Amino acid sequence: MIYLDHNATTAIHPEVLDEMMPFYQSQYGNPASNHRFGRKALTAIEEAREKVANAVNAHPSQVIFTASGTESNNTIIQGIADSYPDTHFGYSAIEHPCVSQPIISLAKKGFSSTAISVSQDGLVNLNDLEKCKEIPNFISIMMVNNETGVIQNMPFIIDWAKKRKVLVHTDAVQALGKVPVDFEELGVDAMTISSHKIYGPQGIAALILNKKIDLMPFMKGGGQEKGLRSGTENLAGIVGFGKACERVAKNIVTFNETIKPMQDVLEKKLSKMGAVIFGTRSERIANTTFFSFPKLDGVTLLTALDKKGFSVASGSACSSNNNEPSHVLLAMGVDMELAQGAIRVSLGVDSNPTQVEEFIAALKTEVDRLKQLTAMAA
Amino acid sequence: MKIEKMTMPIYMDYSATTPVDPRVAEKMIPFITEDFGNPASRSHPYGWTAEKAVENARKEVAKLVNADPREIIWTSGATESNNLAIKGASNFYSSKGKHIITMATEHKAVIDAVREMERLGYETTFMVPEPNGLVDIEKFKAALRPDTVLATIMLVNNEIGVVQDIEELGNICRENKIIFHVDAAQATGKVAIDLEKLPVDLMSFSAHKTYGPKGVGALYVRRKPRIRIEAQMHGGGHERGMRSGTLATHQIVGMGEAFRIAREEMQEENARIEKLQKRLLDGLTEIDETYINGDLDKRVPHNLNISFNYVEGESLIMAIKGIAVSSGSACTSASLEPSYVLRALGRSDELAHSSIRFSIGRFTTEKDVDYTIELLKEKIGKLRELSPLWEMFQEGIDIEKVEWAAH
Repeated sequence: MIYLDHNATTAIHPEVLDEMMPFYQSQYGNPASNHRFGRKALTAIEEAREKVANAVNAHPSQVIFTASGTESNNTIIQGIADSYPDTHFGYSAIEHPCVSQPIISLAKKGFSSTAISVSQDGLVNLNDLEKCKEIPNFISIMMVNNETGVIQNMPFIIDWAKKRKVLVHTDAVQALGKVPVDFEELGVDAMTISSHKIYGPQGIAALILNKKIDLMPFMKGGGQEKGLRSGTENLAGIVGFGKACERVAKNIVTFNETIKPMQDVLEKKLSKMGAVIFGTRSERIANTTFFSFPKLDGVTLLTALDKKGFSVASGSACSSNNNEPSHVLLAMGVDMELAQGAIRVSLGVDSNPTQVEEFIAALKTEVDRLKQLTAMAA
Repeated sequence: MKIEKMTMPIYMDYSATTPVDPRVAEKMIPFITEDFGNPASRSHPYGWTAEKAVENARKEVAKLVNADPREIIWTSGATESNNLAIKGASNFYSSKGKHIITMATEHKAVIDAVREMERLGYETTFMVPEPNGLVDIEKFKAALRPDTVLATIMLVNNEIGVVQDIEELGNICRENKIIFHVDAAQATGKVAIDLEKLPVDLMSFSAHKTYGPKGVGALYVRRKPRIRIEAQMHGGGHERGMRSGTLATHQIVGMGEAFRIAREEMQEENARIEKLQKRLLDGLTEIDETYINGDLDKRVPHNLNISFNYVEGESLIMAIKGIAVSSGSACTSASLEPSYVLRALGRSDELAHSSIRFSIGRFTTEKDVDYTIELLKEKIGKLRELSPLWEMFQEGIDIEKVEWAAH
C-alpha cells in the first residue's frame, strides 16, 4: 500500500516513538504528584514545552497543551466568547469545521458572526469584510488550507487586523513543518498546532496564546496548564510532540528539496491528463494537490485507486461520514459536479518519486478506462 | 548524556496514576507505527484499520461496565468527560430547572465544572459527607428540589477510597427525574460496575488510573432511556456529534486493552490487593495516634488514607522519600492547603496536613508494603521525638485545652 494522505495524519517518526516509550512504562508519574515520579514527569513536560515553543518561535509559557487541534480551536473560540461577551467572530469560509462549528454554535446563542468569503484562488477576501456594517473584532483564519494547500497571505491579514484592533487566531495545523511558522514575527494573538500532522502521536496538540488575552478555560478541574486546561497531562503524547517539533526545521528542508519536485512532476502529468488542479494560482504548500477530472466520477476513481493500493483522500478526512462536496471548493466557486469528484493527494517526508510515478501510472490507466466507458455511454 | 544514579522510590501512588501494563503497551505500538491511519479517513484501509481498532476498544470499555458500545464516547480523559457530562446535560435539560447537586468531596474536575455552571446562572448544593466520607441518603433526598436538573456523585473517592451507594442515589434521582452523573475514574477495575442494572445516566472513565495511557478517557451516555447532552467540542462531528476531534487511535486501543485486562483480572487482583491493604493497615495502626480517613468497609482495597497525629505534614513527606505517596489529591498537591476532602470530613487542619494517601496496585508487592511500614514507624518515631506536642500528649496534657500565649 502506498500512503498519500499525509494531511489526514502521519506515521510517527521512529525517533519520536523511542522518546515516548519510557513514559508509558518506567517513567509513568503524574506530573502533579510531589514525589520523584511526578517531578520527573513534570520535567519531561517542561522540556517538551520548550521544544514546541522553539518550533514556532514562541515563549514556552505561551504553550498550552490540549488533546487535539479541534480542542485548541474550541478553547480559543469558546474562551474568547466567555471572556469577551461582545465578541463578533469572523472566520473564513474555508476554515476547518472545528473553527466554523464552535462559532456557529455561539451564533445560535446570540453572538455575532461573519463568514468571510474567499476568492477563486482560495484567498480570503478582506475587502468583503470592509463592506460589512460592523467588522468582527476577532477573526480566525487558517494559515494553510488542509484540502487545497493554499497559503494565506498572513502578514497582510494581520496588518489589516492590527490597524482595526481585531484579535487574530490562526489554525496553523497544516502549516507547521511545511512552511516556516513564527508566532512572534506573525504577531497573531493565538495559534493552533497539532502533533499528528508532523510525525508525532495523535491525541496531543497545543494552543499558542499571547498572554495579553485573558482567556476563560474551556476545560475546568485540577488547574493544569496554569489553569487554562485541566486534566492529567498526556505525558507520553507531550514528550512525543516535543520530539516531533524538533524535526520541524528538517522537514521544511525536505519539503523544499524533495517533495516540491515530486509535486511538480505529479501536477504536470495531471494537467496533461486533463485534470483541474485547485488553487494553483496561489502560493501552496509543496505536498498537497487537490484535483478533479471534469465529467469523470470521482468516487469510482477513488475506489479504483484504493483497490490498487493507493491511499488518497476525497476531501477533508475530518468530516466523518459525509459524501457532501468539499465546502472549501464550493466556497472557491467550483461547480458542484467538479467538486464532488475531487481527490486530494498529500505527500509526506517518507514519500518517494517512485511512489508518485506508480500513482500517476495507476491513475492514468483508470482515467483512460473511465473516459472510454463515459464515451461509450454518451 | 545525563548519567542517572537515582533509584526510584517505591511507588505507592496508584490513585494518582498507574504505569501502563506491558500488555497494553504491546497492543498500542502497532497503532503508533504501521497502522497509524486517521479513523475518520473513509477512503482507504489505513483509516478502516484504525476505525476497526477504535470500535473494538469501544466494545472492551463497554464490556467492563456492561454497557452497549454505542453508549461510549471517547474523550481525552476523565476531566473532559466530567466537563462534558455536567455542562452538556445541565444545558440540554435546563428547561427542567437550574439546580445542581454534588458533594464537597468530589474531584476538582467535577467541582470546577459545577462552579462554572454557577457562573451561567445555575444554583448549586455541595453536600458535606458524613465523617466517614459517605453521603447520607436522607440528607441527599432533603437536598433535592423541584428544579434540580442534575446530580453528580463520584463512585470511588480519589483521596479516601470510599465507595458511595450509587444504586440507591440513582434510584432517588430516577424517581425525581434528575439526570444522574457518576465520576468513576477511580472505580474501574476496582469495583464491579453493571450499567444495565445501575440507574446511572452518565459515567466518566479514565484510562490512566486503570493501567492504560494518559490522555484518553470516555463518557458513558445512556441510550435507554435516552440521555442527551449538548456537545462542548464542535468540529468534524466525530463521536456522533457529541465530541469532535481526531481520535487518538493508539491511546484508545490502550484504553480498550487496559479495560479488558481489568475485566478479566479484577476479582483475582482485588483479592491480592485486599491482603496487601490489610497488611499495610495492621502494620501502620501499630503506630500510636493514627486515624483512618474514610469508611474502612465501604472502601476499595487499593486505598488507605491515614492521618498521623503529632507530626508535621511537610516534614513527614520529606522524611519518607523512599516511597512515592500523596499527601492529598495529586491534582492539587502542589498547593500547601490542607486537603479539602479531609476537611469536609471534619478533620482538623493539623490532621489533614499530616495525612498520607497510600494507594496500592497491580505491581505492589508484600516487600513494598513491609518496607513502607518499617519506614513510617521509624520516621514517625523520630519526628515525634522532636515534637513538643507529642511530649505534652505523652504527659497527658490535653492539647485542645491548652491556651497558647499570643505574640
